[in-house]
Amino acid sequence: MKTMKLSKTSRKNFLTYALVILAFVILQALAAAGTLSSMLRGLLVPICAYVVMAVSLNLTVGVLGELSLGHAGFMSVGAFMGVTTAISLQNAIPSAELRLVCALLVGAVFAGIVGFLVGIPVLRLNGDYLAIVTLAFGEIIKSIFNNLYLGLDSHGFHLSLLDNKLHMEDGGRLIIGGPMGIGGIQKIANFATGFALIMVCLIIIFNLVGSRAGRAIMAIRDNRIAAESVGIPITKYKMMAFVTSAAMAGAAGALFALNFSTIVANKFDFNTSILVLVFVVLGGLGNMLGSIVAAAALTILPEALRQFADYRMLVYAIVLILVMLIRNNPTIRSFLERFRLSRKGGAA
Amino acid sequence: MSFFNSLISGISLGSIYAIIALGYTMVYGIAKMLNFAHGDVIMVGAYVCFFAASRFALPPLAGVLLAVVVCTLLGITIEKLAYAPLRAAPSLAVLITAIGVSYFLQNAALLLWTPNPKVFPNFVARRVDGVDKAGVEFFGGALRVSYVTLVTILVCLAIMAVLTIFINGSKLGKAMRAVSEDKDAARLMGINVNTTISATFAIGSGLAAIAGVLLCSAYPTLVPTTGSMPGIKAFTAAVFGGIGSIPGALLGGLMLGVIEILSKAYISTQLSDAVVFGVLIVVLLVKPTGLLGKQIREKV
Repeated sequence: MKTMKLSKTSRKNFLTYALVILAFVILQALAAAGTLSSMLRGLLVPICAYVVMAVSLNLTVGVLGELSLGHAGFMSVGAFMGVTTAISLQNAIPSAELRLVCALLVGAVFAGIVGFLVGIPVLRLNGDYLAIVTLAFGEIIKSIFNNLYLGLDSHGFHLSLLDNKLHMEDGGRLIIGGPMGIGGIQKIANFATGFALIMVCLIIIFNLVGSRAGRAIMAIRDNRIAAESVGIPITKYKMMAFVTSAAMAGAAGALFALNFSTIVANKFDFNTSILVLVFVVLGGLGNMLGSIVAAAALTILPEALRQFADYRMLVYAIVLILVMLIRNNPTIRSFLERFRLSRKGGAA
Repeated sequence: MSFFNSLISGISLGSIYAIIALGYTMVYGIAKMLNFAHGDVIMVGAYVCFFAASRFALPPLAGVLLAVVVCTLLGITIEKLAYAPLRAAPSLAVLITAIGVSYFLQNAALLLWTPNPKVFPNFVARRVDGVDKAGVEFFGGALRVSYVTLVTILVCLAIMAVLTIFINGSKLGKAMRAVSEDKDAARLMGINVNTTISATFAIGSGLAAIAGVLLCSAYPTLVPTTGSMPGIKAFTAAVFGGIGSIPGALLGGLMLGVIEILSKAYISTQLSDAVVFGVLIVVLLVKPTGLLGKQIREKV
C-alpha cells in the first residue's frame, strides 16, 4: 500500500489538510443550503483569521520554543496596512477578490518587516525576558497606531503622528484616524479566501518544519547550546521562524479587518495576544491540527454560550481552567498514555 | 517646580507599581510562574475596601485590613485550587491557567459589582485636620504634595523594610529563599515546600490589596478591569528590576512610575506607554536579566 510508505509526520500533515478541506466543504455546503445559523455565518471569516493566528503563533511558541506575548501587534500591522491597501486600490483594481489578495499580501509583507525589526533585539534574549519584550512591542505598536494619522489625496499619502496635521487637499480621504482607527471599510473578506489563506499557511509551515531549516529550528528549541556547537546559525533560523510567523499574522490581521466596517488599534491589545496563545496551548505545542481545532472551537464557544447571557465569559474562564487542570492531571495523563500505547501495539 | 511635582507623582505611582511588582517577583522567584491573575486580585482588594467603607461604614483602616484579609484568603484559595495541581506541569500550562483565573475574577466582578464605575472615596484627605485640605504645600504653594502621595510613598517604604527583614530574618523567609534556590534540596532539608509556596501567595495577595486601595485612592475610578493595566505595568517593573529580586521590584517600580509620569508631562500623554515599554526594551538589551537580576551562567 502506498500510504504505508509515508512517514508518520507526513501522514499527520495530510490528515490536517484533509480535515481542513473537509470542514471547508461541509461549511460551504451548509451555507449554500442555508442551514447555517447566522451567528456561525458571521463567524466564518474571524474563525479563519484566528486559525491562521493560532498556527502562526504555534510556529513561534511550539516549533521555535519562544513565548511571544505580542502576536496581536503583528496582526495589527497587517490589519492597518492591508485595509489601507484595499482602500487605496479601490479605484485601480475593480475586482474585490484581487484587492483582497493584494491586501493580504501587503499586510503580510509589512508585518514581516516589522517582525524582522522587532526580531533583531528580541531574539537576543531568552525565556521570560523574551516574552516580556514581545509584550512591550505589542503595546508599542498599539500606541503608535492609536496616534497615527494617514490620508490619501492626489499627491499621494500623508502621514502624521499624534495630531491630525495632514494638510490634505479637498477630496482627500483620511484613512487612519488615530484612536478612531479606520472607518467605512468595504467588507470584502470572504470564507473561501480565508480557507485558502489557512491552506497556504499550513503548506508553508509543514514544508518549513519538514525541511533542513525546520530541523535546525527544532534543534535550537530542544537545546540551543548543542545546536550552536554543531554549527547551526542560531539567529538566522530563529529569525526565519519569527518573521514567517509575523508575516502570517499580518495576513490574518488583514483578513480579519476586512470583515468589519471599522477597525481600531485597541482591538489588537494584550488580551488578543493572550487569546491566541490560549488557542496554541490548548491545541498542543507544535500541533497544528490542535491549534486549528482549538481556535475554531474557542471562537465559537463564547458565541454559543450566549444563552448564558452574562455568565458566558465566566463559564469560558471556568472551562479554560478545568481543561488545563484535567489535561495536566497525572492520573488522566497516564490513563490516556496507556490507551495510546495499546493502540499503537494493536496496529503493529 | 513643575518638574518636581511630576517627579513626586511619579514616585507615588512608582511606589504602587513597586508594591504590586513585589507580588509578581516573590511568586516568580519561588514558583517560577507568571501569575497573571495578580492584577485582578488588586481589583478585588479595592472593591472590598470600597464596600467596607461605603456600604458598611467601616473606618478606613478596618476597610483596608478587611481587604488584606479577603485578598490573602483569595490568594491562598487560587493557589490551592488552580496552581497547586499543576506543580509538575509545563510552565505554559500554568500560565494559561493563571490567565483563566484572571478572566474568572474579572467576570465574577462584572457580575457581582456591575461594570458601572465606582468612585473611590479619598480616605487620606478626610482624616487629616481640615475638611477640604488634601495635601501639604512647600515653597509658598509652588510644590504641592497630596496626603495620598505621602501615604503611598511611606507605606511602600514601610512594606519594603518589613519584607526585607522578614525574608532575611524569619524562619519562613529563610524557607522561602531556600525553596526559590532549589526546591528539591529544600524538601530534603525538611522544608514544607507547599506551605512555603502558599505563604508566598498569601503575602503577595495581601500586598496586592494594599496596592489596590492606594491605587484607587490616587486614581479613584473603580471598574472590574481596574487591575489589568497596572498589573501588566507592575509585571514589566518586576522584569525591569530583575524578576525574583525584591530590591529590584522597588527600583523597577519607582523607575517605571517616574518614567511614565515624566513622559506624560514632557513628551506626550498618548505615547507615554510606548515610551515606558521602549525604555524597558533598551534596558533589557543592555542588561538582559534586568537591573538587579542575577546573571545565571549557562552550563553546557
